[in-house]
Amino acid sequence: MSTTQNPAADALQWIEVGALEAIPPLGARIVQHPQGDIAVFRNRADEVFALRDRCPHRGGPLSQGIVCERKVYCPLHNMGIALDTGQAIAPDEGETTCFPTRVENGRVYIALHEATA
Amino acid sequence: MSKRKLVVIGNGMAGVRAVEELLNLAPDLYEITIFGAEPHVNYNRILLSPVLCGEKSPADIILNDADWYAGHGITLHTGKRVTEVDRHQRIVRADDGTEAPYDRLLLATGSDPFIIPVPGRDLPGVATFRDFKDVDTMLAAAKSGKRHAVVIGGGLLGLEAANGLLKQGMDVTVVHLVQALMERQLDAPASLLLQRSLEQRGLHFRMGAQTEAILGETHVTGVRFKDGTEVPADLVVMAVGIRPNVSLAKQMGLHCERGVVVSDTMQTYDPAIYAVGECAQHRGIAYGLVAPLYEQAKVCANHLAGLGYARYTGSVTATKLKVTGIDLFSAGDFSGGEGTHDIVFQDPGRGVYKRLVLDEHNCIKGSVLYGDTGDGAWYFQLLRERTDVSEMRDMLLFGQAHLGDSGRGGGSNAASLPDTAEICGCNGVCKGTIVNAIVDKKLFTLEEVRAHTKASSSCGSCTGLVEQILASTLGGDYSAVPSKKALCRCTDHSHDEVRNAIREHHLTTAEQVRAFMNWRNADGCSSCRPAINYYLIATWPAEVSDDPQSRFINERAHANIQKDGTYSVIPRIWGGVTTAGELRAIAEVAEKYAVPTVKITGGQRIDLLGVKKEDLPGMWADLNQAGFVSGHAYGKALRTVKTCVGKEWCRFGTQDSTGLGIDLEKMTWGTWTPHKVKLAVSGCPRNCAEATIKDFGVVCVDSGYELHVGGNGGVKVRATDLLCNVKTEAEVAEYCAAFLQLYREEAHYLERTAPWIERVGLAHVKQHVVEDAEGRRKLAERFYESQRYAQIDPWAQLVEQERDSHQFAPLQRLA
Ligand code: SRM
Ligand SMILES: Cc1cc2nc3c(=O)[nH]c(=O)nc-3n(C[C@H](O)[C@H](O)[C@H](O)COP(=O)(O)OP(=O)(O)OC[C@H]3O[C@@H](n4cnc5c(N)ncnc54)[C@H](O)[C@@H]3O)c2cc1C
Ligand code: SF4
Ligand code: FES
Repeated sequence: MSTTQNPAADALQWIEVGALEAIPPLGARIVQHPQGDIAVFRNRADEVFALRDRCPHRGGPLSQGIVCERKVYCPLHNMGIALDTGQAIAPDEGETTCFPTRVENGRVYIALHEATA
Repeated sequence: MSKRKLVVIGNGMAGVRAVEELLNLAPDLYEITIFGAEPHVNYNRILLSPVLCGEKSPADIILNDADWYAGHGITLHTGKRVTEVDRHQRIVRADDGTEAPYDRLLLATGSDPFIIPVPGRDLPGVATFRDFKDVDTMLAAAKSGKRHAVVIGGGLLGLEAANGLLKQGMDVTVVHLVQALMERQLDAPASLLLQRSLEQRGLHFRMGAQTEAILGETHVTGVRFKDGTEVPADLVVMAVGIRPNVSLAKQMGLHCERGVVVSDTMQTYDPAIYAVGECAQHRGIAYGLVAPLYEQAKVCANHLAGLGYARYTGSVTATKLKVTGIDLFSAGDFSGGEGTHDIVFQDPGRGVYKRLVLDEHNCIKGSVLYGDTGDGAWYFQLLRERTDVSEMRDMLLFGQAHLGDSGRGGGSNAASLPDTAEICGCNGVCKGTIVNAIVDKKLFTLEEVRAHTKASSSCGSCTGLVEQILASTLGGDYSAVPSKKALCRCTDHSHDEVRNAIREHHLTTAEQVRAFMNWRNADGCSSCRPAINYYLIATWPAEVSDDPQSRFINERAHANIQKDGTYSVIPRIWGGVTTAGELRAIAEVAEKYAVPTVKITGGQRIDLLGVKKEDLPGMWADLNQAGFVSGHAYGKALRTVKTCVGKEWCRFGTQDSTGLGIDLEKMTWGTWTPHKVKLAVSGCPRNCAEATIKDFGVVCVDSGYELHVGGNGGVKVRATDLLCNVKTEAEVAEYCAAFLQLYREEAHYLERTAPWIERVGLAHVKQHVVEDAEGRRKLAERFYESQRYAQIDPWAQLVEQERDSHQFAPLQRLA
């Protein structure tokens, strides 16, 4: 069970997006959203992370990358992004939005800001 | 539990490097104490020469500052010489009485300069060239207006000292016992060129002169030789060689010969005590250059960290002289002798001399370059990797840039390029950016440059140029790059080591490989995951199940990802031959899924570009329905078999090239290979299917078939080598299967047939595929066997598996 801590969690709206089982381990699925796709990742330890599905480099779909531990490597030019922060891995620079996630009874929830929910 | 205690004796380059490597592997295992006789933190001894010349300041050459030691909780005792080690109690004691207990002890005491036993050697004004103190002595002499300096020793150190003193305004004479300078690193012609050029700069030489005494009462005044002649001197620098510093080790009762004797694990005869650096003697050799010492440090750290699998098996070394404006490079053994042959290039007018010594296997054994050393790193790599150079022999001395006249491969001379020159065409990185990153971020390796600048990280065609820039920017420091190419940053093991372990220890899952070979992280990375997955399925086709999550997205989605995240779909069109019915089916699919672009590819088939991921399974089902299978345009796999019309229609055709091409495609489709593989069959030597730039190409002739291998039309164009001629289509098939299998079993992941053949040599391929008939049959059989598990259309398979097709659709659509 994994929860990404966020102090402002109260201002967020939790949305159920599907079953943990539906995401392949060391893989990802996307959640379509009017403001852009969100990639939902699952790693070997069954931790779940959610990032805006746009690489800070040239917009590559991160959901299609290779997942290792708490990183994903972008499928277009292989930049590494930290799943738990959305930050590019040094020495690369850049950031994509990271959304809090939670898994309960095998269901995955992600938290969106009220405004974007 | 309290930490174990590691004590290091010697705060120099090898000892501290071992500590750094240890901290990478096991940061919390030890409480570390370092004793150093010098009153400094660890500095780059190599760069004392530029400090003496005034090209660098002492602060520039610090490697680890005080904060580094403090930050890692290391207790550093500078200015304290260890004088006693109690192996029974496991305690070391320094000259000032400081004590430290140890569980593990690392000796890294370096070398002492050799002092020739002549009268007057203790006089003030006599110096050696080893540390900061010596540089201070020399600089003080130069600054106080002393005129005459004599340097005894015409080796690397002596010449660097002489050059430095000359730069500081002194009148310098170099005294050398034999007739040739640097006789251990250079042959006679190169020595002479070097001497001429140093004379032109103003150095004086006394060759073949034996020193008998150093003259003077209270300070040196001169040097006298065996033949009775004398030269005046206000400063004498002895640089006649070094002796491993083993006095402490001997006193402790450790087995020493020339150096402290160590095993392949860098352990001395006392298993609690390790030794690295110039004080250690491994397999009879005590090294005196940094690159091998750093390799030793890495192995030693591996054992100190308790991992216990690394082995040091010795090093081949290369030397450069760090005298600005003089280009000199020497590597390996160039003494010649039985069975060796020389290739020599000489242009005295330009002051250029190059000599390569090849052994009986056509591998480079030694090299001496003078005046033009741009290709030194390349020759050294060929030497270390024992590359068979017979195929490139006639062009070898002209350098890497001349190999293959059409590719961008080796590149021109990077040092002469302006800062604005674009080096990496893929990522738009110019020379100035690379140089700045190397200097500002203190980068030492190609990997680091790739990580920081992205140069050379895409297609790799500029790798040679980037390496040249590294070498020219770092100067002498570049020799510190480790020689073995690790598979990726998760491990120190090479591709070959990983493959062998998979084969010899019957490893069948990636987790096993990473655990067995002590990977640095459990999941690996985007470089090693696909490589290991390939090695596993290629080695154990019947047992290993493919791991889709370790494949690059194209191979996972069985379509090529495009820049906007959509995909392209290329159905297989056998041998480039299609029908009106097939074309109609493709047209219908294109309309049904509103495909924005339909393009004829360079591989004689049709590409449907801009398909949404979620439409892929439906499209595949429709294409399957019409009889199409995946074209693997996305895979490290068989791509296309290009054919020409051949005998069936063409007035020049000698054989059925189209039919043969289709047969070969039916035989080879579906195979996974280290990199993509392309075939072609041309019906006559006019070669309309471009068979001579394919991985395996067939050119039909009246008497049968010419088989060509190792061609590439991509980044670096390479025409094929002729493998052999055969008479029947059945033979073509068997040779093709055997060739592909040899490539599958031997090449490194992401190495196409062209670089693979350049690495192993055509002779090797001929030996296995042509000469050894039994071996060929076995290779072909292994190929057919693995095809039993590989020839499954991934499209049909994915369409059938409901679970997987879900992965193509979004998990959820939010309004
Ligand atoms: C579609 C096509 C261009 C076209 O419109 O004609 C093409 C498209 C791509 N090529 Fe190519 N190559 C295509 C024929 C070629 C050819 C010509 C040929 O095969 O006769 C070559 C030179 C011949 C050769 O390979 O020796 C070629 C040399 C490359 C290379 C350089 C390979 C090398 O070893 O130097 C790459 C880069 C790589 O593979 O790493 C590459 C990589 C690519 C990639 C996969 C780039 C990428 O990673 O996304 C492109 C995928 C586009 C897509 O989604 O379809 N493509 N590419 C051709 C597909 C042929 C097919 O039917 O499968
Ligand atoms: C001027 C110069 C130029 C060089 N140029 C090159 C080059 O271009 N390329 C290259 O590869 N190599 C070069 N070298 C050689 C290279 O610097 C050495 O091979 C390397 O520094 C050896 O490392 P080490 O750790 O074994 O010894 P060191 O770096 O000498 O370290 C040993 C340390 O141990 C200390 N020590 C010894 N005994 C004790 C004790 N009992 N207690 C405490 N401390 C002790 C010493 O004071 C010393 O600081 C050059 C060397 C010199 C001097
Ligand atoms: S299709 Fe080939 S040549 Fe064209 S841009 Fe892509 S990789 Fe480069
Ligand atoms: S778009 Fe992600 S690395 Fe380039």
